[in-house]
Amino acid sequence: MIKQPQPLPESHPLSRIRQFFQHGDLLWRAILVLISILVLALMLSIGWMLWQSSSNARTIFGLSFLLPTTDASWDPVNNLFQAWPFIYGTLLTSLVALLLALPVSLGIAIFLAELCPDWLRTPLNWLVELLAAVPSVVYGLWGLFVFLPMVVAPLGTNLAAVFGQIPLFAGPVTSSGASRLGAALVLSVMIIPTIAAISRDVLLAIPNSQREASLALGSTQWETIWQVLIPYGLSGILGAVILGLGRALGETMAVTMVIGNSIETSASLLRPGYTMASIIANEFAEAVTQLHSEALIEVGFVLFVMTLLLNMLARFLVWRVASRTPQEARV
Amino acid sequence: MSNYSEKIKAGYLRRLQGRKVINLLMLAVTFLATLMALIPLFWIVGYVIYMGAPSLNYDFFTQLPRPVGMEGGGVLHAVQGTIIVTVLAAVFAIPPGVVAAFYAARHPNTPLGVALRFSTDVLSGVPSIVVGLFAYALIVKPMGHYSGLAGGAALAIIMLPTIIRTTEEMLKLLPSNLREGSLALGAAEWKTSLSVLFPAAFSGIMTGFLLALARAMGETAPLLFTALGNERFNVNLIVTSGLKSKQNIGQITQRILDQPLDSLPLTLWKYASSPYPERVAQAWGVALVLMIFVLLLNITARLWLANRAKKLRG
Repeated sequence: MIKQPQPLPESHPLSRIRQFFQHGDLLWRAILVLISILVLALMLSIGWMLWQSSSNARTIFGLSFLLPTTDASWDPVNNLFQAWPFIYGTLLTSLVALLLALPVSLGIAIFLAELCPDWLRTPLNWLVELLAAVPSVVYGLWGLFVFLPMVVAPLGTNLAAVFGQIPLFAGPVTSSGASRLGAALVLSVMIIPTIAAISRDVLLAIPNSQREASLALGSTQWETIWQVLIPYGLSGILGAVILGLGRALGETMAVTMVIGNSIETSASLLRPGYTMASIIANEFAEAVTQLHSEALIEVGFVLFVMTLLLNMLARFLVWRVASRTPQEARV
Repeated sequence: MSNYSEKIKAGYLRRLQGRKVINLLMLAVTFLATLMALIPLFWIVGYVIYMGAPSLNYDFFTQLPRPVGMEGGGVLHAVQGTIIVTVLAAVFAIPPGVVAAFYAARHPNTPLGVALRFSTDVLSGVPSIVVGLFAYALIVKPMGHYSGLAGGAALAIIMLPTIIRTTEEMLKLLPSNLREGSLALGAAEWKTSLSVLFPAAFSGIMTGFLLALARAMGETAPLLFTALGNERFNVNLIVTSGLKSKQNIGQITQRILDQPLDSLPLTLWKYASSPYPERVAQAWGVALVLMIFVLLLNITARLWLANRAKKLRG
């Protein structure tokens, strides 16, 4: 005969312990909550740690550290630090990258979501995602030895020859091609997969009734896409753009390798420069003084706050599209 | 009268023709945009293979670097270092990531659940160089020296959001009757989570691990001031000398983790900016190895996922 396990009597001490711990669930829930709080604390402590570690730099330089100037100094020997050239470099390269990447990414998203035949969709999705998987240093290596001399240097020379009067396109172009323009171009390649993938998902989430209604009114496919679907998913696409911008702002290695790393007062896109991420990457390990490394940490803190705000905005926009779209399956 | 309506009709047809032309044109433009974005991918992959393949040989994986200016030598130190920091990062990131994902999937709307998902989103957007600064302030500064341990911790922060996000998604995909059935049979919540839900979502969770691993493996910025780099790093030497002086496994592990070490992306960065042509040639070799690792991990993960999606549907 099979012996059935007998349940312990209610009064048994072991049974009381088990009941107290809800058969282990109390412990399990405690672990879940604890770890979740730890993840939360990790995010908060990144901000707090950077804020704390840059306290001297913040009190000494105050707001003038961040404000735009034309003659910014970054002088570790005399302990004079102003971060404007890096902030400018970051903003300029990221915005130019965004301008270049946006039309291409939208085109990819539209093609993948609306037009692509089924047999081609999976491989194309894969290839776009692989573009995002290539490590940043490999982009940098390719940019430094292939892209700069072959594309950026001639392009920059021509731009300087045609638009040289405008300060943004003032020459001269360096012989290696290392410039903010090179950084912006490499960045645009790197953020295309981010923007394209999210915009594609936004387009795919739009209910079919929108397409059918528009086509039934006699629109062509392009008119449906441009006048119905894009406005419908606009805030989601905007979210994708902002996430792409966030990625561009924080991108370090590829930019450091192609931007030429010089502290330039020139505002030109065609001159070498620095971004916030690349000055940290280049100088932090060899920071000369305590104040030098604190100034670099403050640059990191500003970068953290910028990406934090952008991320919050982007998530909010994407979430708004998702919550407005009814749960209607798209066949 | 009829002449008038004929004119309207002709005008309409002309405009229709124009609209159709624009339609075709723009659809073609989206196709071209897709092709254009793929040019850099093929250009990079092709060029890296072309430049990197000649420097790959047996020595490349089994020798330490020679002094600059000398031919030959390899990147054994970086291969070992990459394995050490990524394994370390996985060990640090996977258990808490999976547990947090269980919480996020089970209680998505509690205040803590919302805060958790928000901080996951924020963490995934933090620039990797900032993560490096954080790990420096948190570990390197108090310890007083650069170490592989700090590098692993920095990479773990990079991996964490990916792991939480994918695990959460996979847990949410499971049919709820799986959970309910287990609870109805009298299993406790933890028992249900660990022996019913976790195995059911396992292949999806693995996909997340692999993607996170691929990302961490290619990261350079978090290692710049944590692992720092160390051209003479050699695990074999530490282990043999440790065994000779009768150290136990704990002491040997500590000696390995306690010193600066190199990884493939770090080496690639240093070699690429070196003025010596042999080093630049080796940088291409390192890039090729790195690409193979990262792309293989990605492709495996996606195949796994596609396979699973097919199984769920069928």
